[in-house]
Amino acid sequence: MEAFTKLTGVAAPLMQINIDTDQIIPTTFLGGTDAKGYGAHLFQERRFLADGSNNPDFILNQAPYDHAQVLLADRNFGCGSSRERAVWALREFGIQAVIAPSFGEIFFNNCWRNAVVPVVLPIEVVNQIADAVSRSGGQSRVTVDLEALTVTSEAGNHSFTAPPVFREMLLKGLDEIELTLSRGEVIRRFRGADQARRPWAYASNAAGSGKGS
Amino acid sequence: MKPSAGKTFLDKVWGEHVITALDDKVDLLQIDRLILHELSGSQVLRALRQSGRAPDSPPQVFTMIDHLISTRPGRHATESMSPSGAEMISATRAESLARGLQFIDFDDPRQGIAHVIAPEQGIAFPGGTLVCCDSHTSTVGGIGALAWGIGASEAEHVLATQTLPQAKPRQMRVRFDGALPTGVTAKDMVLALIGEIGAQGGIGYAAEFTGSAVSSLSVEGRMTLCNMSIEFSCKYGYVPPDAATLEYLHGRAHSPTGEAWEAAAAHWLSLRSDDDAQFDLEVAIDCNALQPQVTWGTSPQHVVSVSGSVPDPDSLADAEQRKAALRALDYMRLAPGTPLIGVPIDAAYIGSCTNARLSDLRAAAEVLRGKKVKAGVQAVCVPGSTPVKRAAEAEGIDRIFKEAGFEWRESACGLCAGLGDTRFADLRVISTTNRNFEGRQGAATRTHLASPATVAASAIAGCIADARRIV
Repeated sequence: MEAFTKLTGVAAPLMQINIDTDQIIPTTFLGGTDAKGYGAHLFQERRFLADGSNNPDFILNQAPYDHAQVLLADRNFGCGSSRERAVWALREFGIQAVIAPSFGEIFFNNCWRNAVVPVVLPIEVVNQIADAVSRSGGQSRVTVDLEALTVTSEAGNHSFTAPPVFREMLLKGLDEIELTLSRGEVIRRFRGADQARRPWAYASNAAGSGKGS
Repeated sequence: MKPSAGKTFLDKVWGEHVITALDDKVDLLQIDRLILHELSGSQVLRALRQSGRAPDSPPQVFTMIDHLISTRPGRHATESMSPSGAEMISATRAESLARGLQFIDFDDPRQGIAHVIAPEQGIAFPGGTLVCCDSHTSTVGGIGALAWGIGASEAEHVLATQTLPQAKPRQMRVRFDGALPTGVTAKDMVLALIGEIGAQGGIGYAAEFTGSAVSSLSVEGRMTLCNMSIEFSCKYGYVPPDAATLEYLHGRAHSPTGEAWEAAAAHWLSLRSDDDAQFDLEVAIDCNALQPQVTWGTSPQHVVSVSGSVPDPDSLADAEQRKAALRALDYMRLAPGTPLIGVPIDAAYIGSCTNARLSDLRAAAEVLRGKKVKAGVQAVCVPGSTPVKRAAEAEGIDRIFKEAGFEWRESACGLCAGLGDTRFADLRVISTTNRNFEGRQGAATRTHLASPATVAASAIAGCIADARRIV
């Protein structure tokens, strides 16, 4: 996987609560078996007008925010549907970090696997960063440092926490599946004992008839 | 949590699945069942193929066609309203067969929405970990499974290893006390809860549902309750197994039989939370005076009793909540103070993993029997599974729906999430589904969430209605 250590870039304030993944990428644009091609439809309903032209009122259509690498949002960003395409769409647009007081949990997990850092900071801090960015017309940059676990902006230097195992994975660009496969012996030992304790979890009775069939 | 305290259901189930701790928060968990559907599963299967890896445990992986397949009666093997639907259905079918996974095709008599058929077929079981690329996977918590939605990358990890790194959540206990009044359902319970604690109320938590109103709910009703956990941001929701759970599961196609059943059943019953177990958060909802609920906005927390009115955003203390409510009213084209009863609707939808099981269709049929859908209202029923559809037909429920003017369609996720079907675009719809988000059921679709009885009553009235006054 692509590694992430530190980023300094334009930050776009999208200070709303409950921005769900249906808004980030509507179901209409979920087609295809590939992980590509979703950036063009990021925030489709908000970013584009009915005739397909850019909605000038939407922040990601306004310079310099149209080159944003950091997104600032209010509580529960990425709530709702599990669609990983929401992260793929953000990443393809250029967003590499989202700073918010809280995240939809599935979205939060999806971010780490796609080199997008979900940074949790108190709403007061996110508001201060958003205000500082807005005052400068988007010109003041925001730095997200995953190594140091800090966000630096004109609002100051703020520390955040991250699950150590996911942080390590992203800092080094490690392949999570390889890491798990390297624990084969521990997994085999666990399953030996577990299968004796819970045989039904392994041997699903595939007889195929009964209630509900 | 005090070390002397007893264990919760989650403590016990989580503990049984921890292979090893990866850090102080994240454990590597054993995953008992992975479910993949064509919308995301096709991507997961392709990614695994591209990585050169093989599934770790095909007998524990179930794949199915539910999200994109058409609901048209007489549908064919790749029929979809989504432009990429045929490609994704074909890819899922081909890879499932090539990989030796447990595949349930569109025309399999077991077919249906993943979260409906996982319990129905006994694929899911109490105390088991079950994951699926769908945030409503928590539905399966209704039978006491630990079930949650995951992303495509997480699913690829499960497919390749049958394990998943996961942080143990904090724990919330939601007590539904009292007895539900007649005509008030599990859907109303969970909508009222979300109205009470908000769409963000459960971030970082797993929710255990308990209390007298939960004990006396049918297992199907418990699934409705657990289904909407994610709508208050709880990835996990569950009702620990009891006698009703065992009765529901006994004799299901994949349930253990004979002595194996006895051993499993005894183990499952031991998983209930100890009496002295402590939770990080306690929430209580009094069900004695609960009314049918209807949403007015674009978040499931935008909800009031059916006899209520659209609230005034100015009454909200939180500035962002106020902003969101104003935006919602603009989108929904509703004014503060408008009574919900009487708001004209263009369409009525009964379907989805939330409310399209047999008990839901029976409740709607009770209201529809001998009545007609108001002229000009599109009324659509999509049963939650093919077995549900067949069982309903055996009871004559399909005739009641059809004679009332409802379309009676094949089972799939259907119009819950649009997915290429534009027939609800720009319409006001009352729906038994789980999300009233902007654009969820189609571009500019204005969705009101409610129970099957409320949706049926509204279809007849042509406007939002209270089923208790129609029956």
